[in-house]
Amino acid sequence: MRTEISIQNLKSKFLDKVEELSEENIYTCYQCGKCSAGCPSISEMDISPCEIIRLVQLGQEKEVLDSKTIWICASCFTCVTRCPKGVDLAKVMEALRQITLRKNVDYVSPLSIPKEVLSQVPQIALVSCLRKFSA
Amino acid sequence: MKISYFPGCTLKTMAKNFEDSAIASLSFLGIEMVELPRWNCCGTVYSLTSDDLIHQVAPIRNFIRVKEARDTRVVALCSMCYHTLKRANKLVKEDKEKLDKLNNLMYREDVKYNGEVEVLHLLEILKNEVGFNQVSKKVKMPLKGLKVAPYYGCLLLRPPEVGFDDPESPTILKDFLESVGAEAIDYPYETECCGSYNTVVNVNLVVERAYDILSFAISQKAEAIVLSCPLCGFNLDNRQKEIKEKFPDFKSVPVFYFTQLLALSLGLDEKVCRFELNFIDPRPLLKSKHLIGGV
Repeated sequence: MRTEISIQNLKSKFLDKVEELSEENIYTCYQCGKCSAGCPSISEMDISPCEIIRLVQLGQEKEVLDSKTIWICASCFTCVTRCPKGVDLAKVMEALRQITLRKNVDYVSPLSIPKEVLSQVPQIALVSCLRKFSA
Repeated sequence: MKISYFPGCTLKTMAKNFEDSAIASLSFLGIEMVELPRWNCCGTVYSLTSDDLIHQVAPIRNFIRVKEARDTRVVALCSMCYHTLKRANKLVKEDKEKLDKLNNLMYREDVKYNGEVEVLHLLEILKNEVGFNQVSKKVKMPLKGLKVAPYYGCLLLRPPEVGFDDPESPTILKDFLESVGAEAIDYPYETECCGSYNTVVNVNLVVERAYDILSFAISQKAEAIVLSCPLCGFNLDNRQKEIKEKFPDFKSVPVFYFTQLLALSLGLDEKVCRFELNFIDPRPLLKSKHLIGGV
């Protein structure tokens, strides 16, 4: 995939927003890749966790927000526990999800969940799913 | 001793086997778990964004209930409740401004929360207050010959500020299993994520995760899994139906809440274990080990 990097992107408000919501310094990351190496769900992701943070550093808003990755991450905190630079990537991922959800865009609409699923899964799954996926 | 107990949603429904076996076991060990009056949902996931205070109201309001019950401690069984309550508590204990804002949001509460409550997980109580050696002494029926793989999942131990054990190589469930006479199986996926709430919308992801975790445990001769989270429980136990459909060679394995094994080893009535609520029926395994009656 071709990624175009421009000075406008680097100065975008997107970066400030991610840092504000996550309270993390995005530039702390030096791309060691430990987060991606230990991520249990990386096989389902289109962009690896360390690439996500690099793309955020480069202000690539659309590419990051359109990725499957930010929705696959289930906040298991494995990367948070292991990051040698102390970056809380779970908070960065949450900030990225929130940027979409706060535009009143659902990733999963409550009404889209089939009735048979509603009666099958426990409450804990439904509440957490909608907390993470619905606007 | 009495301690305030926060059940959370799923322990009252699908994971009633977790709740019933815990209350009975703790009562046998001399600890009365008193359910918090008017408890409310913890929110299930801790809000990770800096400005999202409204989602901290739910966990914090429960601490007001603890204060009203004239207690200073609250115990949770579910890993997600424990995680969410513990982190919300830590947030307001370290940030007075946020605590004040939250108290102002809850203007209909008579009592203000000032960070007085301590959040504990039942495993901590067993380890630090009862003591695993004391548990051992009370065991009437050691689970001899039962090979069990501990499964910690994510939220009990990570991030490290929340957990009460080493986040990378924990031992508390192994120590627990040994105290009740079972054999703990060592395998590398004990702290791996099960896919969590993806189970609602992305069953395949959960099936793959659960298959990896369970089949590795089985390859290390585990006959059962033990855990402390009803969502992990659903993904590793109930999802075995979908695992079997995708991987026909998969051989099912029973999944226990740690309190079920505790109650069984203490010689309590099998009824408190509510084994009928486990998706993969553990009774044939337990019968084969002569741990429950009947053949």
